[in-house]
Amino acid sequence: MDNANIKNRLTKDRIVLYAVSLFAGLMAVPLLAILGEVLLRGYEQLSWSFFTEPTPTAYRAMKAIKAGEPIPGGIANGIVGTMLMLAMAALFAVPIGILCGVFLAENPKNRFSQFVSFLTDLLQGTPSVIIGIVVYIWVVVPMKGYSAIAGSVALSIMMLPLIIRSTEETLRILPASLKEAGLALGGNRARVMLRVQLPAAFGGIFTGVLLAVSRVIGETAPLMFTALGCSFIRFAVDKPISAVPLLIWEFFNDPNLQELIWGASLFLLLFVLTLNLTAKYLAKKWNQ
Amino acid sequence: MNDRIYRILLFAAALVMPLVCGGVVYALVTDAREAFEHFGFFNFLTSSEWSYTEGAEQYGALPFITGTLMTTLLALIFCIPFSLPVALFVGEYFKGTRVAAILSTITDLLAGIPSIIYGLWGFYTLRPLIIMLDISPQGSGVLIASLVLAIMIVPYAASLSAEFIKMVPNDLKEAAYSLGATRAEVIRRVVFPVAGSGIFSAYILAIGRALGETMTVTMLIGNTNNIPNSITSTGNSMASIIANQFGEADDLRLSSLIAIGLILYLITAVINMIGKIMIKRARIV
Repeated sequence: MDNANIKNRLTKDRIVLYAVSLFAGLMAVPLLAILGEVLLRGYEQLSWSFFTEPTPTAYRAMKAIKAGEPIPGGIANGIVGTMLMLAMAALFAVPIGILCGVFLAENPKNRFSQFVSFLTDLLQGTPSVIIGIVVYIWVVVPMKGYSAIAGSVALSIMMLPLIIRSTEETLRILPASLKEAGLALGGNRARVMLRVQLPAAFGGIFTGVLLAVSRVIGETAPLMFTALGCSFIRFAVDKPISAVPLLIWEFFNDPNLQELIWGASLFLLLFVLTLNLTAKYLAKKWNQ
Repeated sequence: MNDRIYRILLFAAALVMPLVCGGVVYALVTDAREAFEHFGFFNFLTSSEWSYTEGAEQYGALPFITGTLMTTLLALIFCIPFSLPVALFVGEYFKGTRVAAILSTITDLLAGIPSIIYGLWGFYTLRPLIIMLDISPQGSGVLIASLVLAIMIVPYAASLSAEFIKMVPNDLKEAAYSLGATRAEVIRRVVFPVAGSGIFSAYILAIGRALGETMTVTMLIGNTNNIPNSITSTGNSMASIIANQFGEADDLRLSSLIAIGLILYLITAVINMIGKIMIKRARIV
């Protein structure tokens, strides 16, 4: 082979390496741009009252804008609603999800569990807006109104597949000797699961729950048709309730409240990313 | 706890899944029936009329199906030049190194950002840019929605592709190196052919994500009920028409929106199933 040809191939190799690095590195741009914009614009709006006061009415906000003052009020109603719905959703999705994951890990070859596993994939891929429609039909229509319950049903359905998968996968990678040792000591399967396998799998399951929470916390579409929104702080479970992403959507659509968008987004973004990073960190730590 | 109660408890929990999934399909089908019966299934799919003048209501899904397919396809095209390098960077060139871990964290964080925040960023940062560059006068439209959608699906496509690229056996690559191949040639002649079906399935699953993405598209596509005639024109996707009109709709319009929801559900379900089956096959090889 002549020298020129080899040189040519080597240059090509270099170019590919540089192009791959360049385009891969470019992915940092949107992340930094989004973080930067939300941080810089949101930082100005943060204050103590932003977290303790509910959303102002459009009229009050308009008056403040006309007077040249910052918009009064904050997103406390959304924070309370998000927390309340997340808690109720977790109350349902965590136990059912873990039990279902245990079922899949205990019966890997059974027909029914393969079917359940298939359905878990199906549910995980279902667009969240569809979950919103379905919960509207299931809960909002029979209850004759939007409610925190409906919102939390939607969130819990979206959490379920993630919790099922993480439970199943964590249990599967535990050494079989663990289970065998427990059974050899005379424990029945329930006791071995409860006292040996589940405690050993705790890290993985906990990570899965955190990731599930961080995935649904920013969901907007399903809450629009179920929780609807509410402009004051409320703890009633059978009434419409607000949530942080719902507030962002409201601010986006109301020119008077637009100033509040970035503070609310900053809160949501920091919350989600912290949960995400914590989950990844814990997963790494427990894996060692 | 005795063994029988334990088994029954687990079975009962597992039964929740068929109930939920069956309930989803049942609810969608029963409530979409009115629209399908009124317009006819085929007619509903192919009609591009969406008008709610009382007495002469006319609803068809074609503009929204087109909108969804256009945004998804464009997003896929925009996503490949970034997700493939990310996958090669993490799975081949810098496998197991610190820079690769940093890049993985970056894409993980991108995957975690809520879609409504992507929408805000697109609307307040990217849209003025598109207007300034004179690409389209109003800024919003299919193009900008697809651009942001592409950024959102890069993490999914990249992380799964990287997994398959990592699995390419070393002896195959070493054999090629020993014959004098450069790294770029090894990637083209060994890595891509071996990991190809896995990479392909990663993109199928990324498509599944893009199809149902709601808030970002709703905030950026412009929300007009017409068939987009170019990539810069405005439109609506199946998810965005639902997000826009579900709250104010009743009777026939509500049923039509649910019918669109059913179609969207079926399309995503089929795409996801194809993706999952392909992944299973690719893992065995």
